[in-house]
Amino acid sequence: MIQAIAFYLFAIVVIGSGAMTISSRNPVHSVMWLILAFFNAAGLMVLVGAEFIAMLLVIVYVGAVAVLFLFVVMMLDIEVAQLRAGFAQYAALGLALAVALAAEILIGIGAWSAGGLKISQRIAPIDNGVPNIQAMGTLLYTRYLFVFEAAGFVLLVAMIGAIVLTHRQRGGVRAQSPFRQIGRRPGDATRNVQPPVGQGVQL
Amino acid sequence: MIGLTHYLVVAAILFTMGVLGIFLNRKNLIVILMAIELILLAVNLNLVAFSAYLHDLVGQIFAMFVLTVAAGEAAIGLAILVIYFRGRGTIAVDDVNRMKG
Repeated sequence: MIQAIAFYLFAIVVIGSGAMTISSRNPVHSVMWLILAFFNAAGLMVLVGAEFIAMLLVIVYVGAVAVLFLFVVMMLDIEVAQLRAGFAQYAALGLALAVALAAEILIGIGAWSAGGLKISQRIAPIDNGVPNIQAMGTLLYTRYLFVFEAAGFVLLVAMIGAIVLTHRQRGGVRAQSPFRQIGRRPGDATRNVQPPVGQGVQL
Repeated sequence: MIGLTHYLVVAAILFTMGVLGIFLNRKNLIVILMAIELILLAVNLNLVAFSAYLHDLVGQIFAMFVLTVAAGEAAIGLAILVIYFRGRGTIAVDDVNRMKG
C-alpha cells in the first residue's frame, strides 16, 4: 500500500516537473524543475531496488550535470522573450506529434503485456542476499570491465573536448611570464656608466 | 510490487515530453539539451524497470553506461553552446547552419 502511494507520488511529480521543464519561461526555472524530475526518478528507481543507479542519478545528474546547466544558463546573458518567440507557432504541430508518439508507445506496451515475456536464461540473475551495490560492482569489474574502461575513456574525451572547445587565448592582457623573469640576467637590465662632469646621463 | 506496465507508462510519458520539449523550444538551445536529458532519463527508467522485473542485473549496468554518455554529451553540448554564444551573442537555433568553418 505504502509502495503504491510512493510510486504514484513519484510518478506524478516526475511527469509534472518534466512538463514544467519544457514549458518554463525562464531557463533557470527549467533547470530547477529538471533537478526535481531527477530526484523523483531516483525515487522510482529505489522503489524497484536499484539503489546504486538511483544514487548515481542524484550524485551525477543533480550534483554535476544540473549544476553545469545552471552555470551555463547564468553565465550566458540571454533574452528570454526573444527565445520564446516561436513557442505558440510550434505548439500545435509539436503536441500533435507528441500525442501520436505517446499513443504508439502505449499501444506497444499494451500489446506486449498481452503476450507476456519469458527469458530462458539470465546473464546476471539478481540474488536477493547480495546488496545491489556489491552485485553491480562485481559485475562491473569482471564481466563488463572493458566496457567500464571504455566509459572512462568517453568521459576523458568529453573532458578534453570541453576544455579544448572553450579555452581561448586572450589578446592584449599583461600576463606574468615566469620563464622570461627567470631567464633575465643582470647584464640585460643594468649598465655601468661614467658620465663626464657637467653632463647628464643618457638614459 | 508495482506492475512493470506502470513504469513503462511513466517512462513513455517522460520520453514523449522530451520530444515535445525539442519541438516547443525551437529557439532555446539550452532547453533542447534539457529535453534530451529528459529523454535519456526515460530510457534509464525503462532499463532499470526491466532489469528489476526480469531479475537480471545487466539492465542496471547499461543504465550506468547511458548515464556516462549522457554526462559527456551534456558537457560537450554546453561547451559548443558557450562558444556559439561567444561568437554570435544569441543561442537561437535558427541560424546554426551558418556555423560551419
